[in-house]
Amino acid sequence: MNTIIYVLLFVPAASAVLTLIVGGALVRRTILIAAAGCHTAGTLLAWHTNPGPLLNGWMMLDEPGLLFLTITSVLFLACSVYAFGYLGRESGSEKQDNEEGFLFTNAPEVVFCTCLPAFLTTMTIVTVSQHLGLLWVAMEATTLVSAPLIYFHRHHRSLEAAWKYLLICSVGIALALLGNFFIVIAAAGFPSDDKTMVLSVLLRQAEHLNPPWLKAAFLLCLVGYGTKMGLAPLHTWLPDAHSEAPSVISALLSGALLNCAFLGILRSYQVCMAAGLTLFCQELLVLFGLLSMGWAAVFILGQPDYKRMLAYSSVEHVGIMALGVGLGAGAVFGSMLHAVNHSLAKAMLFMAAGNILAFYKTKTTARVSGVLTSIPMTGVLWLAGFLAITGVPPFGLFLSEFTIVKSMIEQGKIGLGVVFLGILALIFIGMASAFVHMAQGEKNKELRADRGPEPALAILPPMALGAAALMLGLYVPSALGRLLNAAAVLLGGN
Amino acid sequence: MNNTVDMIMIFLVLTNLALLGLSRLGACIRVAAVQGIVLGMLPLALNRGDIPLHLGLYSAVLIGLKGIVFPWVLLRLLKELKTRREIEPFVGYGTSIALGMAAFVSCIWLGHRLPLPEPGMSALIVPAAFFTIVTGLFLTVSRKKALTQAIGYLVLENGISAFGAAVVETQPLLIELGILLDAFMAVFVMGIAIFHINREFDHIDADKLSSLRT
Repeated sequence: MNTIIYVLLFVPAASAVLTLIVGGALVRRTILIAAAGCHTAGTLLAWHTNPGPLLNGWMMLDEPGLLFLTITSVLFLACSVYAFGYLGRESGSEKQDNEEGFLFTNAPEVVFCTCLPAFLTTMTIVTVSQHLGLLWVAMEATTLVSAPLIYFHRHHRSLEAAWKYLLICSVGIALALLGNFFIVIAAAGFPSDDKTMVLSVLLRQAEHLNPPWLKAAFLLCLVGYGTKMGLAPLHTWLPDAHSEAPSVISALLSGALLNCAFLGILRSYQVCMAAGLTLFCQELLVLFGLLSMGWAAVFILGQPDYKRMLAYSSVEHVGIMALGVGLGAGAVFGSMLHAVNHSLAKAMLFMAAGNILAFYKTKTTARVSGVLTSIPMTGVLWLAGFLAITGVPPFGLFLSEFTIVKSMIEQGKIGLGVVFLGILALIFIGMASAFVHMAQGEKNKELRADRGPEPALAILPPMALGAAALMLGLYVPSALGRLLNAAAVLLGGN
Repeated sequence: MNNTVDMIMIFLVLTNLALLGLSRLGACIRVAAVQGIVLGMLPLALNRGDIPLHLGLYSAVLIGLKGIVFPWVLLRLLKELKTRREIEPFVGYGTSIALGMAAFVSCIWLGHRLPLPEPGMSALIVPAAFFTIVTGLFLTVSRKKALTQAIGYLVLENGISAFGAAVVETQPLLIELGILLDAFMAVFVMGIAIFHINREFDHIDADKLSSLRT
């Protein structure tokens, strides 16, 4: 059953080519959903078969890889269903810009339908690669295939966002490449001739790695992949890209891509741990994690644009993930669980935000009110998403954040715990004022007149994701629990 | 062979200083191209004895892409644009060169702190490669034109390739080619983006891209 990895790579790659060739919007959208469905089925199969190493160990699904692959695959399936409806609504001629009122057109739908499965292919390579060089190549490719998706609405703001994304992430990831080369230089003292950058080879001979070069390598990988992951102060592309891209793309960027970048950091962290540099790396991860949380809190308070608010909330949550891994012990498990929960809740929120944007035609929080009465299903999702993302029980994020705080107290880091909870409280207040204002209030009569009921394809995917986020707070399935545990053990937790 | 390697490294440093002081975009592209070609010879110069096939192939692809394809794409793009030179960069040319000299001195210091563990390597590799990386980063942040920022990215890539050349022998060709393919795609996608920026804004000043703040 080792071929399952090939299937996971082939299906989205083939559908990307297929959408280029075949005509017809409906056919392309159907291919998209079919590819996503096959990919998710393949991922589920990989859970049961434990595919072994391929291509001299260059590709393998270890526990962290399988975890992030599953998140990516499930999210992509939900997003492709949502995109089916979204593309139907977006097709047609010129649109009026919501903010400035000028007319613009969308990119041809074929660009969207080709880049999306190509994006899935590159993210899948990131999760299955055990070779640090291959991982880098795939990571840079994710930037290149997703930039056209951000520039789907062809106007100057999305162009600006796409250019920032392209340049900042490319430069950032170039630094990660330098980090990878440094790892190779650090490996010059290996006793055996096997100096390839396959993770198992590096881990086996880690004590022979040259520490100063390895330290520099980790720093560069952290900064490089951290740029892509959205760790403050390297996150500057993120709010622009997330607010200007179509909501369904924002959901994928936030829920799937940021995790993949995190995996890049985790791989270099694994090497450093084996070489005995755990403490050095942990301090850096905690520092960047706290900085991201604090930075996000400052920008969430009083944020006038609700999609940007969700983007800054992503900065906060990647900070929590980095912090959790940096703390070690039980917090690593919390961090892995947090990655799952955050992806589910954030994708759900971005989809709901897409529905609100489609109805109210504005991204300004102050100009939206009465979501609960105007579009009730979306309103419920929006409020549920708010409770989920701020870590209110019984949602899953409460459980993962609680695990991280518990680990802080067990390690005697009371001060850190107080700061952590303080920032979370600030963010709760900032988000509550915006979300409650949007959900409550007068029903908007003139907006309602020309619109039918909420489309099922815009409601069901976020609802399913929200249900999953809720379930993970009440009950973690034993198979998932085992996987999270095994991943945490590989990453220095217990 | 260290003599040749030293020459290449000195050439890298000189081209960096030239890039910092040039205002004409066409000249910038050409200097970056020459830098790419010289860099492509580095893996061969570093190799002692017979040149294995994969190394020759890698060098050929490196020279072909960085010396011919990238400059060709960028020069064609330049033809489409209405602009020929970088006007009023955030940091002036004289200041840029002075900063460049200071950066080079700190790169030499850094090179002493981080010596290459492999014996017999030229002592200039680390400082020159670092300096190229710093130059690339500086060009991306201190110039206004999107095209100059793309050139800055290329120079940054060149610096990283210089490090890569020092380790290329131990790494499989496939990865090196993959990295080059990504660089190629990046230049291509950036080219398209610059084309769109030019059409949308009637200029390619990236500092006018400032409607998205906080």
